Parts: sequence; structure tokens; C-alpha cells
Amino acid sequence: MNVLTRMWKREWPLHMMLLPGLILVLIFCYYPMAGIMMAFQKYIPNKGLLGSPFIGMKNFQLLIDYPDIGRVFLNTIYIAVMKIIAGLIVPITIAILLNELRKEWVKRTFQTLVYLPHFLSWVLLSGILVDILSPSAGILNQFLSIFGIKPIFFLGDNAWFPYVMVISDVWKEFGFGTIVYLAALTGINPSLYEAAEIDGAGRFKQILNVTLPGMMPIIILMLTLNIGNVLNAGFEQIFNLYSPPVYESADIIDTFVYRMGVQQAQFGFATAVGLLKSIVSFIFISVSYVLAYRIANYRIF
Amino acid sequence: MHRNKSWSRKLFLVCNFFFLALISFLCLMPIIHILAISFSSGQAASAGKVLLWPVEFTTAAYENVFGKPEYLRAFWISIQRVVLGTTISMALTIITAYPLSKDSRQFRLRTFYAWVFVFTILFSGGLIPTYTTIKSLGMIDTIWALVLPGAVAVFNVILLLNFYRSLPKELEESSRIDGAGHFKTLWKIYVPLSLPALATTGLFTMVGHWNSWFDGMLYMNHTDNYPLQTFLQTVIVKLDFRFIKAENIELALKVSDRTSRAAQIFVAAFPILIVYPFMQRFFIKGIVMGSVKE
Repeated sequence: MNVLTRMWKREWPLHMMLLPGLILVLIFCYYPMAGIMMAFQKYIPNKGLLGSPFIGMKNFQLLIDYPDIGRVFLNTIYIAVMKIIAGLIVPITIAILLNELRKEWVKRTFQTLVYLPHFLSWVLLSGILVDILSPSAGILNQFLSIFGIKPIFFLGDNAWFPYVMVISDVWKEFGFGTIVYLAALTGINPSLYEAAEIDGAGRFKQILNVTLPGMMPIIILMLTLNIGNVLNAGFEQIFNLYSPPVYESADIIDTFVYRMGVQQAQFGFATAVGLLKSIVSFIFISVSYVLAYRIANYRIF
Repeated sequence: MHRNKSWSRKLFLVCNFFFLALISFLCLMPIIHILAISFSSGQAASAGKVLLWPVEFTTAAYENVFGKPEYLRAFWISIQRVVLGTTISMALTIITAYPLSKDSRQFRLRTFYAWVFVFTILFSGGLIPTYTTIKSLGMIDTIWALVLPGAVAVFNVILLLNFYRSLPKELEESSRIDGAGHFKTLWKIYVPLSLPALATTGLFTMVGHWNSWFDGMLYMNHTDNYPLQTFLQTVIVKLDFRFIKAENIELALKVSDRTSRAAQIFVAAFPILIVYPFMQRFFIKGIVMGSVKE
């Protein structure tokens, strides 16, 4: 009996267990990768992948010449970077403040309340936000009118739209992020605080000199992992909240691909845009995983 | 920590409490506001009189929602999707994580397989090629298009395999010595011991299926096949008038649009509102286990 058959005899149940998952992944993840060919084709749905004519880099040429493409990329990065920064600062601050609360049940209650929005879909939250932000009857504009501020069309104004996206995203997700930082906070050795207090450090100084350094590893980890997300500015959120008047400030790569590909059926062109995004994302994610491993010793498995 | 009860410290504690209470309230307020609108009369809602408590209390909006066959059908499709999707996904997660949790001496190709799965998080064919794949498989307008493509949730697999690894090796060894094969060991030893982790990932998978809408929009040509969130996307967010039939116009006039939308939103959020407080206790352990490792 050679090595291979002996190995097979011992390990075949493990292979069998992986089989269903592998088949699904091959069909739904790897097979579509062959469809990337479309980016180099003038894709005609009736003729399929193999029948459509190849046009080389023409789709990419079209992409470079497309008048709005620069803005789409800039919007994507602008919105995503603001979200990453705000999405880092807010949960850290809230976690530190929550940690100052003395009563465990109060802490737990607040924590449960702030992470509620995370569990609702962007469809439902959009319905709620559209109602709240409505310029005619929305509760926010009613509130602002008390101070004599004229109604603002938050979702229809290019100056406001990106900020509304960042604020509503932070509102949805900060409670969820807070949990990670709270977990890191409770892991800090209490004797460090006692030592700081004996040295005459006030509460604020303690936060600055003990709490923040103690949280640094997890903050750096979250930051590096977020680098991989720089091209994901949040498709579901923006798609549900934007409208043609704010395309100028709201269009991101994913919404652009959807409109070009699905609504206007420019399959080849949309695939080219998507491919470009996938490649850049792949590089970013790989870099962020390597960085997370080097700096924070993070391993995915 | 307790001896430093200075005047400024007390002031800080009070301010901190009220600040955090305000923040918590801001997270809850939009949902309470929608709930209040849904129980208010149409006139009161459109006049903007409703804040956090119903004005001119009525359940007309809910009678309207539950009288809508389209809404109920979409609700039913979402339930089917959650049950089918969660079952398949959890079964796959369990059997995929087990072999990958072995070290490469026990399972030679483990690292290769692991990368095959992990690569799918790093790189994908993109929206259009995935769509044409589903289409060429003939899965358009079937529930399989909603359930199968994401059935292997690689992040859950990673979470679970890390959990399997944290279990003592001796358990597996003794079970193998007693003559149990891999399947039996997995079912009798690993699955019962990993119930907390399975509950976490299971609940998240359920919420994920309940909440997803984009695939429904993409893969369902007929609006009759829309799951609830996709249906709501077209009715609430995009205001698609295909759904308002001639005989419903009178009703639509009676019940103002705003209260009806609020009621539809709240009904769709309700299952989540029930489930999510239970997730906290599992979840904190789960995420800490998955993200912070020594």
C-alpha cells in the first residue's frame, strides 16, 4: 500500500465533509470569476461568454474616458474614509464613557439599546430616515424650525448627503463596535489604575495614560482591518437613500456598477469597473491582513 | 477608585450618565417615533403632530397591512427563506469547519482547502458575472437563488473552527479510541460542546436572511416572489406604484401613506426586536472569541 492510498483511507471522511461546501463555493464563487472575461468582451447575453466578441481593453478605455468616473472613485473613497475615521472614534469614546458607569445593569442596558440599529436592515432604516429627515413633515426639520432654521432637504442636497451617510452609518454601527472596545477595556489590569492613582493621576489622566495605551493593540487591529474596506462605501445604505439629484455626491463604485450593469445592461462595461474594484480591493485586503498580522499578531485561522 | 469622590468627579458621573442616556435614547427614538406614527390617525401623522406617542390612536394602518395579500405573501417567503437558509447554512458551517480545524498532520490538504475558502472573501467575480451565473443555472425566480449562493459563510466557518480548536484534544482522541469515526465524533462531541458558538452564528445567519433584500431584487423577476425586505424596498423606499391596485385606492386614501409605511416598517422590524436582546449574551463571547485572540 503506497502513501497516497493510506492517506486516503485515513482522511477520506474529512474530504467528504468538505465536499458540499466546496461544490457550492466552486459554483457560486469560482465559476463567476470566469465571467470576468466579460470585461474584455462586448458581451451579448444571447451569445453567452464563449460567443461574445472580444474587444480587448476597449471597456477600460471607455471607463477612463467616462466623464463621471473620477468623481465616482473620489466619492467612494471620501465617504469610506470619513466612515472609517468616525467609526473608530465614536465607539472608542462611547466604550470609555460606558466603562465609567458604576452600575453593571445600567451599563448593560445602555449597551443593549445602542446596538439595536445594527440589527435592522438598511431598507427599514431608510424608510425611517426618509420619514425623519423629510423637509415637509420630518421630525428633525420640525425640531430645527424651533430655532428658526429653514427646512433642509438632507437627502436631496449634495452638500448634505455625504454627511448624512456618515452620520447615519455611525449611528447604525457604533453600538456594535463598542462591544469590541469594551471587551478590550475590561482586559486592562486594574493594578495599573491603582498605580496611576497613587502617582496622583486624576480620572482623565488615567484614561489618557492607562486606558488608551491599553486599548492601542485592538484600535490598531481594527484600523488595519478597515483598510481593506476603503472601496466599500456602503452600497445598501446609499442605494436605498440616494436619488438622481444627489448622484453627483452620492454615486459610489458599487451603485455605479449596478446602474450601468443591471439597469442599463452594459454588462461588459460594468464588469470592467467591477473587476478594477475587485483587484484594488484584493490588494487592500491582503495588505491589511498582512499588516494586522505583523503589527497586532492577528490571524484569521 | 472610590476614595476620589471630588466635586468635579461627581459632576462628571452625572453628566456622563445623562449623556449616555441621551445617546441610547437617540438610538431608540427613531423606532419609537415610527411606532407612534403607525398607531396614529392619518391626519395627525401628516400634520406632523406625532412625536413619541400616538395621536388619535387607531389600528387602521395595521388592518391595512395585514389585509394586503402582497405583504403577507412576501412575509411568508421571508419565513421560508430564513428557515431553509439557516438550516442549510448551519449544516454546511458545521461540516466545513470540522475538517479545517484539524492540523495538517492529521489532514494533509487542510491548508490548501482553507485557502480555497478564504480566497472567496478576498476576491470575487463581481456583481454581473455572479448574476449571469445564477441566471444560467436557471435559478432566477426560485428560492434557491436566495439561499444557496451565500450558504457557505466563510466568516462563520472561521469562527467555528477556531472554537473547535479551543476544545481539548483529549476529547477527540478518546472518542476515536472508543471507535467513533469522524462523523460520529463531530456529531456527538463537537456539536454539543459548541452549542453557544452555534447559537451565535445561527442567530446571525437568521437575522442576515431576514434582512437581506438586494438578492431578492436582483434574482426575482416577478414581484410575487419578493421576500419581505425586497417588497418593502420597492414599496417604501422606491415607492413603486405597481403595488397599489385600483381597488386599494380608496383604502389608500383613508389610511394615509405615512402611517401605512410606518406600520409596514414596524411589522418587518418586529421579529428582529424580539430576537436581538437574546443575542447579547452569546454574542459578546462570540465576537471576543473571533476577534481578540492571544
